[in-house]
Parts: sequence; C-alpha cells; structure tokens
Amino acid sequence: MNWEAFWLTVRLAAIVSTLLIAIGIPIAYWLTYSRWRWKFLVEAAVALPIVLPPTVLGFYVLVALGSRSPLGRWWESLTGHTLAFTFEGLVIGSLLYSLPFAVQPFAASFGAVDRQLLRASASLGHSPLQTFRRVVLPLSKAGLVTGFALSFAHTLGEFGVVLMVGGNIPGVTRTTSIDIYDQVQTANYSSANQTALLLLIISFLVLSIVYGANRRPWAVGPWR
Amino acid sequence: MRKLLALLLPFAAVFATAQEITVAAAADMSAALPQLVEAYTKITGQTVKLSFGASGNLTNQIRNGAPFDVFFSADEEYPQQLIAEGLASKDTLHRYAVGRLVLWVPADSPLDLSKLGMQALLDPSVKKISIANPATAPYGRAAAAALRHFEIYDRVSSRLVLGENVSQAAQFVESGNAQAALIALSHALAPAMKGKGRYWTVPLDAYPTLNQAAVVLSKSKQQDAARRFLDFLRSPEATSLLTTYGFSLPAEKHSNGERVK
Repeated sequence: MNWEAFWLTVRLAAIVSTLLIAIGIPIAYWLTYSRWRWKFLVEAAVALPIVLPPTVLGFYVLVALGSRSPLGRWWESLTGHTLAFTFEGLVIGSLLYSLPFAVQPFAASFGAVDRQLLRASASLGHSPLQTFRRVVLPLSKAGLVTGFALSFAHTLGEFGVVLMVGGNIPGVTRTTSIDIYDQVQTANYSSANQTALLLLIISFLVLSIVYGANRRPWAVGPWR
Repeated sequence: MRKLLALLLPFAAVFATAQEITVAAAADMSAALPQLVEAYTKITGQTVKLSFGASGNLTNQIRNGAPFDVFFSADEEYPQQLIAEGLASKDTLHRYAVGRLVLWVPADSPLDLSKLGMQALLDPSVKKISIANPATAPYGRAAAAALRHFEIYDRVSSRLVLGENVSQAAQFVESGNAQAALIALSHALAPAMKGKGRYWTVPLDAYPTLNQAAVVLSKSKQQDAARRFLDFLRSPEATSLLTTYGFSLPAEKHSNGERVK
C-alpha cells in the first residue's frame, strides 16, 4: 500500500473540490438565473467533461500547459517551470475534469429554491446578492455538500488525465489510481488489492454522504 | 437458434482460415512494425493487427489471457518468463534485433550533445527528463542503468518524469513538456520525430543489452500463421527495414541455432 500516493491523491481531491466551490458557485448562480437565450451552450460546455474521454481532456491540457503554448510560456516566465508534470498542473486538469460534478448539483439546488422566497426577500429591501447569500445558499446546503463530495470523489478516481499530464513522479504526480495501474501491470496484485479496496470504501462513504445529505427529512427541512 | 447456427457454421470455417493474427509489441516498434506488417500483408495476404505497450504491461496482459498470437518484447526477459510459465513456445523465441537507447533533445535546445553526451542532462535548462517507467518498460530500465553508469542518477532523479511506455516518454519531449529524454533510437528515426530534434546514441556498455525478442504464444489458435510471420522477420526485406529504424541485427551467436529455415 503506497501511502505517499494515497495522501497525495487526497490532497489533490481536497484542493480541487474546495476550489470548485469558489469557482462553481458563481457559474451555477449564472446558469440558474441568467435568461440569455444561448445559455444552453454554456450549460453544454460545462457538462462536457462528463462525456469527454479523459484522454481528450488530457491531450488538450498537455498541449495547453506545454512550453509551446502561450499559457505554458506565461506560467514558465512566472515560475521558471512548466505546468505539465507538476502538482499544480494536475490541479488545473482536475478542475476542468470535475467541474460539472460541482456546478450541476449547485445549479440544481439553487434552481429548486422557491422563487416566492426570493421575491419576499427583495420586497424586504435585500439586493439580489444579499438574497442569494441569506436565502438561496442556506437553502442549498444539500446541493453544496453533494457538489463538494462528488467533485472530491471524481478527482480521487481520476486516471486518464493524470496519466497523460502527470508523468508518474512519486510524491508529486503519482496518484493512487496510477499507483494501482502500476501495481497491476507489474503483477503486484496484493498491493493493488489493498489500494483498490481502500478507494472502493472511500467512494462508497462519499456517495453515502451525498445520498444522506439529500434524503427527504433534510431536503424538506426545518424551514417548513 | 440451432438452425441459425447451422447456417453460420460454414462461414465461421471460412473466416477461421483467413483470420488475422494479433501481435502485441513493445512501444519501440511502433513505427517499424506497421511498415513490416504492410510489406508482409502485400506478399502473403495475411492481415496482422497490432497492439503496442510497455513490454511489462503486455506481459501482464498475456498472463491474464489477452488474445494475442505473437509477442514482441523490448527485452528477452519477459518472453523467457512467459516461456517458463508455459505461456509461450520456447522453440519460437527469436532475437530479431538489438534496440539502442538515445539521449534526445528538441531542435531548439541549446545543448551540444556531441560534446556533452550524458552530462548535458546536468544543464540547468533541463527541467524535466522523460524516460519510460522502469517498472514495466525495458527502455526505462536501460535509461536508469545508463544514468547510473554515468554517475548522474542521483543528481537528476528529481527531474525524471515517467512515461507509461517509451512512446509516451518520447511524446513528452516531442511536445515540449520535457527538455530531454532517454528514448529508443527507433523513435528518434521515426518520421514523427525526425528533424524535430538531435540525439546522442548512448554507448552500449552503459546499459544491459536490449535484445528485442519475439515469441509465439501458447494459447494462440493460429500457431502456423504466427510462426510464418516470425519467419518473415529473418527475410532481407524485414532486416533492412529494421536497420533503417536504428535496430542493429543480433550477432549470429545470439540466434542460438534455432533457425527454422
């Protein structure tokens, strides 16, 4: 059992799902309340990583981060090293990879908030932002927990993108899923078994949290 | 249902005789083997399906029942393991070439490889060095051995990035994400990379010999077709193609007197 890879993966998933709360809430807010006629195109773009093969995403990320791309060169001039094969590179790839798993539950829960409450809040003199903070967000707790947990679990299991942009560096980019792959390829089944079992248990726990957070007694909630 | 099967049976027999063979091959053959197959198909009509990967990965897939007929390994150890496990036929083992390891840098690299050789990797402009994963790829082990031979392994190990196989290691440097790579000469000479960089051939005494070995797998249902394909590797046409991709031909003593023809 490779604990170094395990804690690296947990750290990656925690950072990514936390950042996705900050990035995902404004996107989900816009997706919920915008009346732009072309909004569906943005919705499709946000959902893209769900259906896109990870290798496609990994390929684009690798090209975009490389020293031949403007972004790659800009980062290199800033930090002195390229983004590919670094932990930061994995964070960027994972943000894209797990974006819909945060944004969609957020947007669904924002959209489920009774519009009458929003009108009531506005009539009491709250700005839209105040209403969002004081009415919508507290009523969307289950959705926020779901988005956080799903993006955490999804990043935990990321393989294709990491394989393509990670470079399999121990302690930097060798995540648990890559470690399991290496263990299996070298016929080290007992070690692969332990790690796989641990990931299975964690994934089950995370999904239990998701379904627990969304079970009826809470979703109907104390505010009725 | 039974009637349907009876109807299909004659067709199944026809397909069985003209069936293609499937070859699992080390990633260093990814440019040369398709050309060999093309030539072979033109002569014999026999179609060949190719699957590339790190030799260690392929060996593991074979152990788990992958339906390959022939296995091309980048070292001799994996086929020997399969023979010992009864998964490959010993009499078909053919050391068809010797692979070479090269140090490769992109064309815009300031490093003078002919002067510096392996020491070029110590240059501060080299932030990442891509090699194949030593756990599963013979070229990865050769790269690690060569770095140790030149006594720079400890100084560069923090800058090593591992490709899943040697082709990915080549892709890492070709895409500009690594500044140098230890890869197969066959990659450096392949159309995809030729002209995009410079290379320095690592001396043969710096790493264990990369005996390229092919073997017919015991579970193959097309033993004859598989053996015929391996025989083709001994033809002048095949050997000259291999040499254009930087493979050197094994010395006679290596062939172990097992020549079929």
